[in-house]
Amino acid sequence: MNIVVCVKYVPDAQAERTFNASDNTTDRENVDGLLSELDEYAVEEALKIVEAGEGEVTVLTVGPDQAADAIKKALQMGADKGVHVNDAAIHGSDAVATSLVLAEAIKKLGDVDLVITGMASTDGTMGVVPTMLAERLGLPAVTFASELTVDGGAGGTATIRRDGDASTQTITATLPALVSVTDQINEPRYPSFKGIMAAKKKPVETWALSDLGVDASQVGLDAAWTKVSSFDARPPRTQGEIVNDEGDGGSKLAAFLSERKFV
Amino acid sequence: MPATRLMPTDEATDLIELTREICRKDLAPKVDEAERARTFPEQAFRTLGRAGLLSLPYPEEFGGADQPYEVYLQVVEEIASVWMSVAVGVSVHSLTAYPVATFGTKEQQEALLPDMLSGEQLGAYCLSEPLAGSDIASMTTRATRTDAGWSLKGTKAWISHAGHADYYTTFARTSDDGGRGLSTFIVPGDAPGLTFAEPEKKMGLHCDPVSQVMFDAVPVDGARLIGREGDGMKLALSALDAGRLGIAAAATGLAQAALDAAADYANERQQFGRRIGDFQGLAFLLADMEAAVTSARATYLHAARLKDAGRGFSKEAAVAKLVATDAAMKVTTDAVQVLGGAGYTEDFPLERYMREAKVTQIFEGTNQIQRLVISRHLLAR
Repeated sequence: MNIVVCVKYVPDAQAERTFNASDNTTDRENVDGLLSELDEYAVEEALKIVEAGEGEVTVLTVGPDQAADAIKKALQMGADKGVHVNDAAIHGSDAVATSLVLAEAIKKLGDVDLVITGMASTDGTMGVVPTMLAERLGLPAVTFASELTVDGGAGGTATIRRDGDASTQTITATLPALVSVTDQINEPRYPSFKGIMAAKKKPVETWALSDLGVDASQVGLDAAWTKVSSFDARPPRTQGEIVNDEGDGGSKLAAFLSERKFV
Repeated sequence: MPATRLMPTDEATDLIELTREICRKDLAPKVDEAERARTFPEQAFRTLGRAGLLSLPYPEEFGGADQPYEVYLQVVEEIASVWMSVAVGVSVHSLTAYPVATFGTKEQQEALLPDMLSGEQLGAYCLSEPLAGSDIASMTTRATRTDAGWSLKGTKAWISHAGHADYYTTFARTSDDGGRGLSTFIVPGDAPGLTFAEPEKKMGLHCDPVSQVMFDAVPVDGARLIGREGDGMKLALSALDAGRLGIAAAATGLAQAALDAAADYANERQQFGRRIGDFQGLAFLLADMEAAVTSARATYLHAARLKDAGRGFSKEAAVAKLVATDAAMKVTTDAVQVLGGAGYTEDFPLERYMREAKVTQIFEGTNQIQRLVISRHLLAR
């Protein structure tokens, strides 16, 4: 069972996140980055499948030099090897271009039984790359899994539970398939000292666009379908509204809440 | 603000990163409630143990991480900046393996260390007695020879992890020859005749349960005597030199936590139309706190590097323990002052930090004993 986990290096959500002033793309230089926390669930799920059976977990990321940290973290958790697609031309890519690069990288890896992703990145939070990627690879996409069971090994099936507001769905796909997982699916492990030491010896390949046969004109900011035209910092929170109770405090509160559709 | 650290290797940098992640995700959300409820942080130790953080300064062949004290101590400091009781527990536990790792025979190391360093076990360190605190040589707990080994009888006091530990690194008298009549034993936690008193009602460090340990004819296998018979005092003092560094590092982390909370507050709290940090009286207080924390860190790291290089470090360890714990007392007290009335309430952790700081001047050798150690080094030249 060969599993590829797609991960993203994102700015730390606890830091002051911002954009580059020059081209309005996410600032990845001046903000500390890390493996997207939502992707830790995908790594954990892959490790659990391999530990329960056999196989290999490959971590794949597309990003600048620092994105190697995201791969390192996943290797420290226990993944077997890493692939880092790093090319200056990718800077500013949108979800469409990102899915193209990921798809070509997975094709180059070949012989992949299962692709696992997080449900979204914690920076862009689009959540569309998994389905785009499945489409490009011609794989069934079973998304937002809060439970995943793989039966029959490679050539078998992947069954997920998807928890919706109104119903819970159980969906089975034949392998190879793509599964995106939510933050409800497991409790990601911490790396350990042994994992840190082992990760130093694990292979990480770095590929450029030319290795994937992707033309620079297909990716990057110029090829993006959408662009950020301007940005402003979120204004500070405004003072709350104080209701003076002149005998009608209750109805004023109810009116306030119903205006905002809380009641 | 996380302390700026220059780590000696990439893996040490990653270890600090891992420690901070565990502290942020697992320890920080639990500390306030646990300290209030006085619960033993078993889960915290388990998480740290599985990540390999309970056995850092010991050989990899026995389950340790072969990390120098310079690295191990900074991990302890990071833990202390979030949960002092747990950091003290890590330091105490690390100390309990010291006699076997340093003075045990190869057979003893192979038999005992893998479990001690597995991360699944916790040790306790039984040295003090009700009537033998600073004066270790006056201890009365006695080990008597039996056919199978030894039988221990007596009472130990101020024992961290009492009743929770998997083994007790115990010092007992094997002859009446004062300081030359002590020996070191590793007593299993489930040994018959081993009982524990009610935990002491302490001023702080509520998640570090401390109580008396009673030995009533506790049988100990002959193979569990560590070092030579009569070498106990030497082992205890050697272990304490290392243990003092753990406490110095923990005290530094505690002081850092207090400073961070005080600086945050001084940045936000407005009085007289400006943030209180803009008043020089307060700004200088913060500056002195920073100087105290930074110098505490520098003294313990200096001692650690001497130890790691195989040089003598006993005097420097005593200096580090003295400087870091006095700094912790001063910084936590001043941090309460920065927060004013708020600092005196349980709504903020500062009052707890201040209570926790006090004991660091007392345990692992009182600061008066540290001065004795330092001055003896000076006068012995």
